[in-house]
Amino acid sequence: MIGSGPAESGSIPPVAAGRRARLLPAPGDRRGFGIAIVSTVIVFGLLGFVIVSSAGWPRVQQSFFDPATFEASWPRVTRAFWVNVQLFLLAEALVLVLGLVIAVLRSLPGAALAPIRLLATAYVDLFRALPGILVISMLGFGVPALRIEGLPTDEFFWALVALTLLYSAYVSEVYRAGIDSIHPSQAAAARSLGLSQLQAMRFVVVPQAIRRVIPPLLNDFIGLQKDTALVSVLGVVEVFRAAQIRQAATFNSTPYVITAIIFLLLTVPMARLVDWLVRRQQRRSAAGAR
Amino acid sequence: MRAEGRASEALLVEGLTKSFGSLAVLRGIDLAVAEHEVICLIGASGSGKSTLLRCVNLLEPIDAGRIVVGGQEITAARVDVDRVRRSIGIVFQAFNLFPHLRVIDNITLAPRRVLGRDRGAAEAAATDLLRRFGLEDKRLEYPDRLSGGQQQRVAIVRALAMEPQLLLLDEITSALDPELIAEVLDVVRELARGGMTMLIATHEMGFARDVADRVAFLDQGRMLEIGPPAAILSEPREPRTRQFLQRVIAAGRL
Repeated sequence: MIGSGPAESGSIPPVAAGRRARLLPAPGDRRGFGIAIVSTVIVFGLLGFVIVSSAGWPRVQQSFFDPATFEASWPRVTRAFWVNVQLFLLAEALVLVLGLVIAVLRSLPGAALAPIRLLATAYVDLFRALPGILVISMLGFGVPALRIEGLPTDEFFWALVALTLLYSAYVSEVYRAGIDSIHPSQAAAARSLGLSQLQAMRFVVVPQAIRRVIPPLLNDFIGLQKDTALVSVLGVVEVFRAAQIRQAATFNSTPYVITAIIFLLLTVPMARLVDWLVRRQQRRSAAGAR
Repeated sequence: MRAEGRASEALLVEGLTKSFGSLAVLRGIDLAVAEHEVICLIGASGSGKSTLLRCVNLLEPIDAGRIVVGGQEITAARVDVDRVRRSIGIVFQAFNLFPHLRVIDNITLAPRRVLGRDRGAAEAAATDLLRRFGLEDKRLEYPDRLSGGQQQRVAIVRALAMEPQLLLLDEITSALDPELIAEVLDVVRELARGGMTMLIATHEMGFARDVADRVAFLDQGRMLEIGPPAAILSEPREPRTRQFLQRVIAAGRL
């Protein structure tokens, strides 16, 4: 059954937004701004003092923050990061498609399609239940060991497959939440004009759903980008593996700090972007768009 | 598919029943709508007006009875529901425009994707319709930039773009502010003058009086009486109809 009762206009008033905590007080609030600055300096100053004055600090400083190792390792570690970039860009493109296919399959009504819904649900349950490192290891070591004619044995390929399968399961749930959030009256209006079930999905429901789920989707992509470091278990020389190799060669852990910096540079701006998108969406829906 | 019903009948409903769980919403409705005829359905909320319209458009599966549109029984097994819906337009109380599409794309979506018209032809036809209803300047706007009355007129145009044989209007002014009701009802009046066959669920008794060829009173899933507007609205036979109309008059809606 499609559609719902007749009285479904946008009659639910927007909930009055409570005061949201801001990262820093508003620029106009000079006193609040001053207090925030002072308390920040005190807290971080104390924290820094405790770390730097600890007994082990000189050794930690030498093995994690050594300028010479930093300079020597930076080029190789950053170059290895391009492997991660290729991996997550390819995986993201595949996940966007596969996740949507799974979500649409799970959302199709009709008794005859029960086996399809069941299969899609089993897929999502399976890959959400397994730890990523396990899936990567099993696919990356297990499938090539089968020695099936014609199947690639390349570690990068299986790393890509594993990440795509894992994250498609998460992303299909995000898409599905988006599809479910579109009021059934939209599908009813589309069907009433003669559009088929799939056409109503494609032209009316999914385009609206995707707009709503862009922030949570990007959140999952942040997870995916970080998890590209897991494929180091297969021996793919990506950024974390490259840092391990440099660490073994120099007996110094500064390369790990380089890796951390690279991920921070990638992920923090993306997390900020997600926050900004979420806030923009909240502002728009609060502005009374129906 | 069997051909039945007289050729002049646009819509024939026989013995239609529909329940939602244990709640019987339609309890044996019989209705024949002639071509070019306008019928208004009146009755209290919950009397079954909307459900009847949704059943005729196959948006709700029916429990028993049959519905014949343009000589074809649409409630028969193995009927292509998408094909049936092409020839029956429906306009909803809450407009249900597609918010992610501009006015012109709302209107041309079905002609292009369902009828296979090319973009140019579909847009030209849509623009003609918009001009006819004074909405030409809104063709590139998104629905949330329009007033409720404008949105509902666009929804009517969207249904008309499929050139339906039968138009169903489901309380199309109930979600509108009072000052916006007239502009929407004027559109319906013009369609009636143009000979459009319509089945209209409404609470606007004055409008029903001017536009309807016949008015039907629904009460608890039954059609208690049907006849010319003057008869039903001024001299109803049934006590339930009288009671309903008295309440409407008391509420200042007649």
